[in-house]
Amino acid sequence: MHPLADKYLRQAALPLIFCPGCGDGTVLNIFLRAVEEMDIFPDLALVGGIGCSGWLPTYLRADVLHVLHGRAIPFATGLKLTDPRRKVVVFTGDGDCVGIGGNHFIHGARRNIDLTVIMMNNGIYGMTGGQVAPTTPLHGRTQTSPYGNIEFPFDVGDLARAAGATYVARWTTAHPKQLLRAIKEGIEHAGFSFIEVLSQCPTQAGRYMEGTSDPGELLTLFKKRAISVERARSTAAQDLRGRIIVGKIHHLTEKKEFSKTLYESFPAEAADNQDHP
Amino acid sequence: MVQTLVIHGNEACVRGAMAAGCRFFAGYPITPATEITELMARMLPQVRGVFLQMEDEIASICAALGAAWGGAKACTATSGPGFTLKQEGIGWAAETDTPIVVIDVMRGGPSTGQPTSSSQQDVMQAKYGSHGDYEIIALTPSSVQEAFDLTVKAFNLAEIYRNPVMVLSDEIVGHTREKIRIPEQVEVVRRKKPESSIKDYIPYRPTSQGFLDGMPTFNQGYGILVDGQLHDEWGIRAGHKPDVSAGLVERICRKITGHARELLDVEEYRLDDAEVAVIAYGSPARPSLRATKEARHTGVKAGCLKMRILWPFPETAIDQLCQRVKKIIVPEMNMGKIYREVERVARGRAEVISMPKLGGEMHTPQEIFEKIK
Ligand SMILES: Cc1ncc(C[n+]2csc(CCOP(=O)(O)OP(=O)(O)O)c2C)c(N)n1
Repeated sequence: MHPLADKYLRQAALPLIFCPGCGDGTVLNIFLRAVEEMDIFPDLALVGGIGCSGWLPTYLRADVLHVLHGRAIPFATGLKLTDPRRKVVVFTGDGDCVGIGGNHFIHGARRNIDLTVIMMNNGIYGMTGGQVAPTTPLHGRTQTSPYGNIEFPFDVGDLARAAGATYVARWTTAHPKQLLRAIKEGIEHAGFSFIEVLSQCPTQAGRYMEGTSDPGELLTLFKKRAISVERARSTAAQDLRGRIIVGKIHHLTEKKEFSKTLYESFPAEAADNQDHP
Repeated sequence: MVQTLVIHGNEACVRGAMAAGCRFFAGYPITPATEITELMARMLPQVRGVFLQMEDEIASICAALGAAWGGAKACTATSGPGFTLKQEGIGWAAETDTPIVVIDVMRGGPSTGQPTSSSQQDVMQAKYGSHGDYEIIALTPSSVQEAFDLTVKAFNLAEIYRNPVMVLSDEIVGHTREKIRIPEQVEVVRRKKPESSIKDYIPYRPTSQGFLDGMPTFNQGYGILVDGQLHDEWGIRAGHKPDVSAGLVERICRKITGHARELLDVEEYRLDDAEVAVIAYGSPARPSLRATKEARHTGVKAGCLKMRILWPFPETAIDQLCQRVKKIIVPEMNMGKIYREVERVARGRAEVISMPKLGGEMHTPQEIFEKIK
């Protein structure tokens, strides 16, 4: 077994639930590297939503809440506010985060609460067998859009930024080094950090939308489509169609973090509650 | 020193929660529970407790559940439609042995119904509102004093049973102002810490009583997996293992049903020689008591059984009653929900009469007296 797996994984929970070639395995691998390099294991409090991606934290020997579909951010909010020293990381899917959980997502971002939200975007509902998601491209064929998706997808990074998130980055599983850096930056950033990872789903999205269930080919597609935020800025809109804009999209340090504000807002004469519960 | 106050039931719930050690509240405004949320916003910061107005009721209960694992005694409060939205979270709490107090100040339904009127129409939702097999504890205050006392008790039971506990108040209790006495110190059950060392700690291994080794707070080194999916003793998913998953569901149900005797909380008034009994809970318990007293004045042998804990249902107490009385009257501010439970226990041994009341008002003593005669 990999030394990081030995050190951090909950052996009894293995094997992983992910299909062979699933991008979420890469995200787990990179997250473990981030934890190792930052040496933050005891401070981690992890929350997973429901979906393939939501299972990711359950494999770590950290304290973990595996919660309800779409509700990871409110659970994480309660957890963070009981002790702002915790490093709370939320693992979610595109459906979990901005389908059923959309309202919680924008309000978490609005509060600028110090959570690190890692959203694995495979453009489809994976766990339930490949239905249309709020991120499925227009015309994309899924089990519930058999004639092609007729709805416009969200740009979740734009949404996060507009709602008030103060760190926003997007990478793909074909960018492991950059993703590692983004996860570390996101965890270090005191505020709502949103990291979107385009994560290949050979079983559903690959097979039905991309015409290939070969993970290697899907990674090649990511590389081909990726364009950096910097380059995208000077590229005409029509040339950006079908491209994946990657990089650090937004980073704002001036806006105050919510749990800090909340703890500072207690009246000076407030009695200490250390005695409880 | 005992403090004497004239306050309404919603305030009494807040004061009860504070006295019991509540240090986290997340809520969303809804009539007639709003005063609870507003008062929590004032009182919690005074003890460095966290108050949050969330984006909706779903977020509110989820934040409270997260806070429970973060180490706080946590609570949320709502009314009818909001109670419905919280149901998925209530199931999660039951499934994961998470202590949480949910106050539902009942109003008329269904749907957005009658926001400013009272009802007892959520009693079945309290027990069966979430999906799957699970059990809850529900307390039913009938006065402002009981709103205080039973909220304290709700927090204590949540800790002992590590389970969602409901306070089923209603608009009448919530908005009635009465004199109450608040003792300087109330009995408070502290959260039980794990007894075994971190190395030996198995989060979901039950004792013979069906309870668990204490509840760790996150980030104290236990590395606990709290999973809403059916899991084994370590918290690892076991939905594909019929025996393990069935064992978990049985345990969380038996944890409550197996302690029905300890959870019995009824008040009996002159039932010893009664031929007619009124069984009531919440607001209608008060005219019921009054009606039985009047009936006694006229020579009718009437008595009253008031339930302060409605769930688990006090079957044994009612079963014994059915062996003695000829007639049982069940006044409720709904179409007759608990009436059916009583009928089930009576099994024809006593005549059970439902007294439904809709529209927002509770029964008058006279109305109940007419049925007793
Ligand atoms: C309230 C509720 N509705 C529906 C589901 C079923 N469900 C489980 S996972 C899922 C989709 C997850 O999709 P996504 O968030 O994109 O994650 P992925 O599996 O693709 O990683 C759905 C709809 C559920 N568990 N709960």
